[in-house]
Amino acid sequence: MSPEPLLRVERLGKRFGGFRALDGVSFHIDRGEVLGLVGPNGSGKTTCINVISGLYAPDEGNVLFAGRSVGGRKPHLLARSLINRTFQSPRPFLSLTVRENVEIAATYGRASTAAPAVDVVLERLGLAAEAARRAEDLNSAHQKLLDLARALATGPRLLLVDEIAAGLNPAELLLMADRLRALAAEGMALLVVEHLMGFLERVTDRVIVMNAGREIFDGRLAEAVRDTEVVRVFLGGAAHGG
Amino acid sequence: MRRGVGEYAAVALPLLAALALAPLVYSNELLLFNFIMFLILAQGLNAIYGFTGYLPFGYVGFFGAGAYGFALAVMHLDASPLLAMACAGVAALALGVVLTPLLRLSGAYFAIANLAAAQAVYQVISNPALQDITKGPYGVTLSSVFAPALSYGVALGILAATLALVAWLRNARLGLALQAIREDPVSAAMAGVAVVRGRTIAWLLSALIAGLAGGVFAWHISVFYPETAFDLSFSIFAIVFTLFGGAATQLGPILGVLLLYGLYNVIGITVPQYFQLIYGVLIVLLVLFLPDGLASLATRRGFRVP
Ligand SMILES: Nc1ncnc2c1ncn2[C@@H]1O[C@H](COP(=O)(O)OP(=O)(O)OP(=O)(O)O)[C@@H](O)[C@H]1O
Ligand SMILES: [Mg+2]
Repeated sequence: MSPEPLLRVERLGKRFGGFRALDGVSFHIDRGEVLGLVGPNGSGKTTCINVISGLYAPDEGNVLFAGRSVGGRKPHLLARSLINRTFQSPRPFLSLTVRENVEIAATYGRASTAAPAVDVVLERLGLAAEAARRAEDLNSAHQKLLDLARALATGPRLLLVDEIAAGLNPAELLLMADRLRALAAEGMALLVVEHLMGFLERVTDRVIVMNAGREIFDGRLAEAVRDTEVVRVFLGGAAHGG
Repeated sequence: MRRGVGEYAAVALPLLAALALAPLVYSNELLLFNFIMFLILAQGLNAIYGFTGYLPFGYVGFFGAGAYGFALAVMHLDASPLLAMACAGVAALALGVVLTPLLRLSGAYFAIANLAAAQAVYQVISNPALQDITKGPYGVTLSSVFAPALSYGVALGILAATLALVAWLRNARLGLALQAIREDPVSAAMAGVAVVRGRTIAWLLSALIAGLAGGVFAWHISVFYPETAFDLSFSIFAIVFTLFGGAATQLGPILGVLLLYGLYNVIGITVPQYFQLIYGVLIVLLVLFLPDGLASLATRRGFRVP
């Protein structure tokens, strides 16, 4: 086998009561690679990010980061060992300023000297002009950027992104896609959960598809849309929803 | 949010000076002492509530533990007042350590469990079976160490230290981390903050402050009963004063104590029924219209409150 990938997830399982939110999920991401993660609502995408980022301990299987088992480690330790994430609905520290939000991550979560300075992160994400504003006064697109800024300030090597494109306008979408690609180009590994296929296409061509906690497809995005089971799951979901 | 020492000193020093000089011109020294005690308790509660969001209804438990830590050290170890003060701090800290698992509870569960814990400590101390140790329900008399002027001075010293601590919390790395935990513990963890550790530190600091307040209270009044030291009004007052003035600031709890405890002493003692009415209305208005206290009137207009 080729050298160990940065992230290797092995037969991951997570139950809530009797409900299996994750059921034997396995995949890997290399340095500089973007892996898309798609699936209908409730299929376990966010749960997968929650387990990898340490908010939940896995019930089965393991998470290997740079070859070392990190499943079940506390999130602040994972943050300091270069794994970070954004949230599906952004969770900034609302009454703190944008700068303070990022400063906290830079102070506590900084694992490597390679982590960028607060100003560099703000500048890069176009938040410099908002630095002194309280997070609660930002619009939701800016709050999403702030979530991302906080994650980046820790200097992660693996970034888990949960539906960051939802609610962005077309111009913001293009910019966000560029930003994620640029991060990958610098060597960061990204797991990008996304419903918007147009956005996902812009950042990667490799996806896994989940349904009801199981992985039903791992391959190229172009092939996923022709895969009968994937199509059935999405159309079925749409039929139920509509 | 970060600002110079000056702004805090501008609040704290005049207050300390006024309280130091007041006994020269005002004869009701016990009232002045009570002001100091509530100023300490409100800032101590601020350390845990203002910086982590836990509202400890059983806060008086630490106060009582401190009072009895002081009393037991004097009665059984023949300790000097200063050594007994250290015992007061240790007793409250020990109780804080024992109760640390309560931090796993959230919201109302934490408040109720903390209240129950304070009641449990009270029940143990006031138990007649322990009369040989705690004097049970009959209360303690510490006339051998009675020293009103000295204990007043020590209380002022504790207040000064507490104000400095809160100023430090607002500026230090730790303070920013604690505020992050209060805003959103999940996000704080992802920012690399050790959430459990941060909460525990704030909790123990808060316990220590209440314990020292209890110790100096025991020293100053020197005769008291378990129901005095574990009086739930200590918790309620500290909470109301802090909320009224504005938690997570240094100035807010000070304003709360000066205004509300002042009002209490003007109205409450002569016509207590009016006081309860005013107090009740105030709390309702506060919760409805000013949940972040008086200090938020200024912060909303863009002023910085130390
Ligand atoms: N903490 C929890 N407790 C109980 N059930 C949970 C919890 N978190 C997630 N679930 C359940 O697990 C399933 C998967 O949820 P998850 O949030 O991972 O889905 P998702 O794929 O991210 O969906 P969406 O596209 O709507 O964000 C859902 O049925 C959800 O209700
Ligand atoms: Mg989700």
